Amino acid sequence: MKSEEPNILAFVCNWCAYAGADLAGVSRIQYPSNVRLIRLMCTGRVNHGFLLRAFLKGADGILVSG
Amino acid sequence: MNLTQPTHKIGSIAIVGSGIAGIQTALDIADSDFKVYLIEEKPNVGGVMAQLDKTFPTNDCSSCMMGPKLAKLANHPNIEILAYSDVLDVNGEAGRFQLTLKKKARAVNAERCVACNICAEKCPVKVSDPFNLDLNQRKAIYLPYPQAVPLVYTIDKDHCRYFKNGKCRICEKLCNNNAIFFDQKDEIITLETGAVILAGGFEPFDARLKGEYGYGRWPNVITSLEYERILSAAGPYQGHILRPSDGERPRRIAWIQCVGSRDSHMGLEYCSAVCCMSAAKQAMITKEHSSEIETSIFYIDIRAHGKGFDRFYERSKSENNVRYVRSMISRVIPNPEDDTLSICYAAPDHHIREETVDLVVLSVGLCPNPSFMQLAERIGIQLNAQGFCATEPLEVVTTSRPGIFVCGAAQSPKDIPDSVQQASSAAAHATALLTDTRGSLVVAASAPDERDVSKEEPRIGVFVCHCGINIAGVVDVEAVADYAGSLASVTYATDCMFACSTDQLQAIKNAIDAHHLNRVEVASCTPRTHEPLFRNTLRQAGLNPYLFELANIREQDAWVHQAEPQAATEKAKRLVRMSVSRARLLEPLYDTPYEVVQRALVIGGGLAGLTAALTFAEQGFETTLVEHTAELGGNARSLYYTEDGAHPSQVVQDLIQKVQTHSLISVHTEAELRSIAGSCGNFSSTVSVKGESHKLSHGVVVVATGGQEYQPSEYLYGQHPRVMTQKEFETLLVSEPDRAEDLRRVAMIQCVGSREPEYLYCSRVCCTAAIKNSLKLKTINPDAQISVLYRDIRTFGLKESYYLKARQQGVRFYRFEREQKPQVEAQGDALTISVYDAQLRAPVRLEADLLVLSAAIRPREESKQLMEAMHLAQDEDGFFMEAHPKLKPLDAAVPGVYLCGLAQGPKFASEAIVQARGAVSRAVTVLSQKEIVAEGMINRVDTDLCRACGECEKACCFEAIKVTERSPGRKRAVVTEALCTGCGVCNVACPTGAASLSHFKDTQINEMVEKFGDD
Repeated sequence: MKSEEPNILAFVCNWCAYAGADLAGVSRIQYPSNVRLIRLMCTGRVNHGFLLRAFLKGADGILVSG
Repeated sequence: MNLTQPTHKIGSIAIVGSGIAGIQTALDIADSDFKVYLIEEKPNVGGVMAQLDKTFPTNDCSSCMMGPKLAKLANHPNIEILAYSDVLDVNGEAGRFQLTLKKKARAVNAERCVACNICAEKCPVKVSDPFNLDLNQRKAIYLPYPQAVPLVYTIDKDHCRYFKNGKCRICEKLCNNNAIFFDQKDEIITLETGAVILAGGFEPFDARLKGEYGYGRWPNVITSLEYERILSAAGPYQGHILRPSDGERPRRIAWIQCVGSRDSHMGLEYCSAVCCMSAAKQAMITKEHSSEIETSIFYIDIRAHGKGFDRFYERSKSENNVRYVRSMISRVIPNPEDDTLSICYAAPDHHIREETVDLVVLSVGLCPNPSFMQLAERIGIQLNAQGFCATEPLEVVTTSRPGIFVCGAAQSPKDIPDSVQQASSAAAHATALLTDTRGSLVVAASAPDERDVSKEEPRIGVFVCHCGINIAGVVDVEAVADYAGSLASVTYATDCMFACSTDQLQAIKNAIDAHHLNRVEVASCTPRTHEPLFRNTLRQAGLNPYLFELANIREQDAWVHQAEPQAATEKAKRLVRMSVSRARLLEPLYDTPYEVVQRALVIGGGLAGLTAALTFAEQGFETTLVEHTAELGGNARSLYYTEDGAHPSQVVQDLIQKVQTHSLISVHTEAELRSIAGSCGNFSSTVSVKGESHKLSHGVVVVATGGQEYQPSEYLYGQHPRVMTQKEFETLLVSEPDRAEDLRRVAMIQCVGSREPEYLYCSRVCCTAAIKNSLKLKTINPDAQISVLYRDIRTFGLKESYYLKARQQGVRFYRFEREQKPQVEAQGDALTISVYDAQLRAPVRLEADLLVLSAAIRPREESKQLMEAMHLAQDEDGFFMEAHPKLKPLDAAVPGVYLCGLAQGPKFASEAIVQARGAVSRAVTVLSQKEIVAEGMINRVDTDLCRACGECEKACCFEAIKVTERSPGRKRAVVTEALCTGCGVCNVACPTGAASLSHFKDTQINEMVEKFGDD
């Protein structure tokens, strides 16, 4: 069961996507628990190294949103 | 002692009303080092803007835009919020007022309430929710919306079971913080302030008064404000477009405009100025929700008179297929069998049509706020005939009582940017009055010395918050705290009921001492609202505030995985583990202070520039005014009169006199800015004055370079002596009254050079100018026949009364479509104008002695060079672009640069004055500081690793990093700290790792990535 659940890591911008995730919370919009967010001040900060490292650590999908 | 002359003034200002106008004026004033009392009659601040879903013309989310302003308001050391308070009386005079207030009892102790919502969850009484316009229900103890400021609950005593029957007290029993105080009493308090600003807002028109539309009787007839709440994701239907009668999705929605506006029968003759764009926005957003919904707007004239509005209106038609029908609806008839509604209207072909829709939205007008009107009466403020605050034509924020100012919709119906501009302008007026007292009532923040933790191993304290049952209801908080305690470097871990409550903040400080912690992590809610609070707590405990880390286990865990407690607990553990691993690598950061040059540069010597220069001087700041022509005064010199009786050409002469003789102002004519370097607070510029170069240093810049009248190429302008522009006609009326007396037939053509595909904007002033000049001609020669050929008459707000007056005096109005422009022919002296009247649906031929063209307002050619020299953006029409069209209309995107007057967009003289004072108010938030700080969370460059390749410089959007010769032959990337926004784009561009964003270093982010998985 655990192996079937994909691990998703999201790199999100503090000013938009992170705020959007907060609003989803305030609005009690339910979504699966297998996504974890890393907050950045801007998604322009995301470099390839973070993405490759995430895949190495078992990420099945990465969301960059900003 | 002379009692009529206050011996000394008081350095504080009271603001009554806390919508967006009140909030903006409070922030400007507080940032300029005055104490602010923000007084609000409702339990929480925010006004109507907090209820809006999105705002035109950007369709940005309203509460997202307000969020940062509310957070700043709540945390500002110079602002005291007195919510749920009524102003009973204002005594005294300018410089020294005494206000008497009634602080109403909430029955909740504001210091103890942590807004955990447990009380509201268990309260047995449901009542309709006024914040959602009664479309759903709330409890008798409530917070109007989740982001409310102050974040404190209130008991609705009219509905609370205890207050009604003396029984219940459930909230009191359940409140963990003992915050419920049923016997709290109203309190009378007095305040002393130097000035008062009234920002009482408006009240939406009561649509029940228009019985023919059936509001209040047919559930599917709703108001525009109700529709805003329906659209809102936080609204009664969670953002789904449903009709109230049965919760079904409507397929056809009709908007009816001018409900309670432009309506002589209701005694509401004025235009509400915002409803056209609001309807266009609502229809567009409806289409974005579902393109299958048919949206029709029934209107009289579309008034898209603001910046970017016409383009927005055109886009709603071309991209979103919003249908516009020029017709007023006579009545709405219900069809009980399927809850639909039939609307009857006169179609453009003059036939009466009936159309069936599922939902009718009434665009209700903005009426004077009754509580503001009562206050005005109590404290001796004059109102105008419509019930708004009476002001002088060119001084629209000054009330009849010296020292008391007004802004926002309390002055006249207006949209958000116009309210925000007035708010800043009112701030400038009020603070100018109290310049000598600046800083006298401001409390400097104090904190203990910081502990040096550089030699210490990480010792992390973790605090996992229950947030009442918000988190603990889903996540096993104790288990998460236990788990945190098992992680490396964690010295202390505990759970707590409310991490943000005053007693728990003290407990965090105590734990830092007792366990010698040097890093703190809180696992609770979002850092976007709570990080400043916790950072401040660390600072108070002697730790650098950047040694704090927050894991969001509420908004991004407990609240979104409510049905999966186990998974949510596991996720909370992972989030805590990620944060702890990052916390281990956190480093202290320091904000860099730098000196502010307390001097201003104003570019442009027209009405706006002169007003700005004088306002700076009134605030006590040295100012240099640079004008590129040989003469001051600009366009206002030939603006002889306004529709409401002012004389800008005389006012500007008076201003020139004052500016030229003021000891703090130096004026340079035939001068222009050549180059500018530096950043907000510290610019150095080169100005060429009559060909000679001068160096200037200054902290801020106000751009007021003006605009110009378009020189038409159409309608025989320049080819026939009897064709002239509206501005030339005004000069004729004033300087050649004999010639005006002989004019028998005058035709005017509107929108010449405006609202064309290549110039897709409305010039805002031309409809009123045509009407003003028509009325003037009628006074000179009452028999003159005047015909105005127009597309939409845009006499917005209170200007509508002059349109009515012109019609009453026999001025004729013919409407034409853009595709069927009037044709002008000349035979000798005589002019013939042929036009297809779109209203009559028939061709019309007019003979005219004179043809007046309402020519567009264009940006000045020279502005382009200035934009390039200053790195300022232009909007799609060539005017200067503001930082944000809604909430930062006076700030340029470059910090320290402000905009006003025609340079920013077409506007009236009174509006240019408002903007000029407002721009100065914004600028004074910088100039009033001796030094300002660049945030610590910025990029740094490791000079050993930097090889000066310039990739960072190319990547930076803010010109904050540049390759510079630091010593002979040794180039390195150098960061201008004041300009760096901390985005980190340069880090990604840098091939060597020399650029490193503090607080978001590669190592710190990598640590989080390392720990995100399940192992």
